[in-house]
Amino acid sequence: MIANASFARITVRDGQLYGALIDILRQSAPLMLVALGMTLVIATRGIDLSVGAVMAVSGAVALTIIDGSEDPGGFGTIVIAILVAVLVSLVLGAWNGFLVSVLGIQPIIATLVLMLAGRGAALLITGGEITTVVSAPFKSIASGYLLILPVAFFIWVAAVVVVSLIERRTALGMLTEAVGINPEASRLAGVRSRGIIWTAYIASGVLAGVAGIIYSSNTMAADANSAGYLIELYAILAVVLGGTSLMGGKFSIAGTVIGVLTVQTLDSTILFMGVPPAQSPVFFAIVVIFVVLVQSPRVHRWGRSLVESMRTSSASEDDAKKKEVAA
Amino acid sequence: MTAVETQKAPRNTVLGAIDTFVNRHASVLPTAAAAAILVVLLVGANIRFEGRFLTPGNLSALLLNNSFLMVLAVGMTFVIVTSGIDLSVGSVMAFTGIFGASLLSGGVPAFVVIPTMLVSGALIGLLIGVLVQYFNVQPFIASLAGLFLGRGLAYVVSLQSIRVEDPVVLWLQSTRFRLGDWYITPTGIIALLVVIIGALVMQFTRFGRTVYAVGGSESSAQLMGLKVARTKVMVYVISGFCGGLAGLLLTAFSGAGYPRNGIGTELDVIATVVIGGTLLAGGRGYVLGSMIGVFVFATITTIISFMGAEQSWTHIIVGGLLLLFIVVQRAIVARTSRTG
Repeated sequence: MIANASFARITVRDGQLYGALIDILRQSAPLMLVALGMTLVIATRGIDLSVGAVMAVSGAVALTIIDGSEDPGGFGTIVIAILVAVLVSLVLGAWNGFLVSVLGIQPIIATLVLMLAGRGAALLITGGEITTVVSAPFKSIASGYLLILPVAFFIWVAAVVVVSLIERRTALGMLTEAVGINPEASRLAGVRSRGIIWTAYIASGVLAGVAGIIYSSNTMAADANSAGYLIELYAILAVVLGGTSLMGGKFSIAGTVIGVLTVQTLDSTILFMGVPPAQSPVFFAIVVIFVVLVQSPRVHRWGRSLVESMRTSSASEDDAKKKEVAA
Repeated sequence: MTAVETQKAPRNTVLGAIDTFVNRHASVLPTAAAAAILVVLLVGANIRFEGRFLTPGNLSALLLNNSFLMVLAVGMTFVIVTSGIDLSVGSVMAFTGIFGASLLSGGVPAFVVIPTMLVSGALIGLLIGVLVQYFNVQPFIASLAGLFLGRGLAYVVSLQSIRVEDPVVLWLQSTRFRLGDWYITPTGIIALLVVIIGALVMQFTRFGRTVYAVGGSESSAQLMGLKVARTKVMVYVISGFCGGLAGLLLTAFSGAGYPRNGIGTELDVIATVVIGGTLLAGGRGYVLGSMIGVFVFATITTIISFMGAEQSWTHIIVGGLLLLFIVVQRAIVARTSRTG
């Protein structure tokens, strides 16, 4: 990334910023939204595997509505399409939350159900085809600019700010962590753990729905098979790289933001270096292993002892020199 | 408390015997529930398809088509019982499959290629295990790195599928040992052997009992002086080895290596293991349960193909039946744990 100067170059064209780094800010929007929801779910010691499928459903709903309307470019159509898509995602999130918090099914299995069924539902909505639409205002969600920066960038910043305010300025964040540490104890202590877990899955569903809208706006095609494909794994990776433990009980939104930008930068860099996209997972694996090793306490110990030994050896050299001088 | 319960249970009746058994073996219940539901599923399907479902040919095919899934499920059971998880199995299977196919097409003899496939699977498992045990990486993330590594390496070997013409590998698939209308292929025998060995190792060896102990409470196992570190690395090596073996079986089954094989298989495998009654929290589970889980999963997919459903409905029905299954299983377990 640093080796190639053109990667970091940002240019101004028609009063808008361009460049690989700006692209990263724009392209990271879907992953950022999904990872934000995933952070909340993971904080309750859960996991949401269905986010990619929810993205596919949401995109399919939005584009099918626009496709079926008489005025695909109209503002009203777009608003209705987005609202319905988000509402459907909310229902899907609530469904996950119901399975986990009311029926007590393990989160990985409960959301696996929707992960499998969701893509089928998206295929059903689009009739098994890739629906393409032409609608300038809808397209501007992903590729438009506001002032000098991409619209998609503003959407994810807004989402991060709203979620941070709700979680950190109210007691909700603390309660979420309490539920993550021990749902039974927090229930006995008077925390409505069921409601909090449910809320986390609903938030995850809604955010995934918005991500699906941005994704479909970017491609302008509802592709039930590839929309949000594997995004759940990348989102979990980003959340964990950001320092949130999969064991629940603590979370960091700032960490997630950094994690997502890391993953997205990595993705762009690998493509930028001319590696075939299919082979990029190898580099991903190497970098993931490197990052987790750097975070590991054992490597920290090795690092410290290495620094110590260098210090002592240079100190003993200094001593030797002093002795020579004294002699 | 126990005294009251034993008084309540009428000891001389069959019900009483079941009651006592349930009290003593609470962890068998989910697996027993899975077996019961499998029977209902099979009988129901047979009635629905007017006796065309429970045929020897169809049931033999069930094992043949899913032998690779069964091998993966055995490895995954070991990992999940230690309260870990292995997301890499699908891509390890794809990598070893395409790697083996490319070696075979390069003229390397099968007796070299097959061990190479198994060892390369085990090596990826070793990498994951070392990351988990010695560098405190969460299993989900370490095996996610394994997933990326396996998938990427599969594409590095080849972007297209490679046909296999080696007689030894094809023999695994094409040979049919017949008994009336029943038949079994060497791939099916390998899968069943893996299940039997896995079950025996889990139940009767020191290593197997350590796997349970680590899943129950790692710190307790440590304090008891069990070899926790070695066990935890070993379960990922076993899972990776099973991935390599599954790669061999799938390559034999499809007659080709293909880098896009097994995308999403890890989740199918986890689903089957959980259906079979293994707790994702660790400490409880049976290899035989996972075998039942694979049969449930396979039966569901076979039923769907019998109904001739479209692609979109296949996903929805699998998801719906999985849910139905888990809810029913949970209800059975919850009821017995209340009354028992």
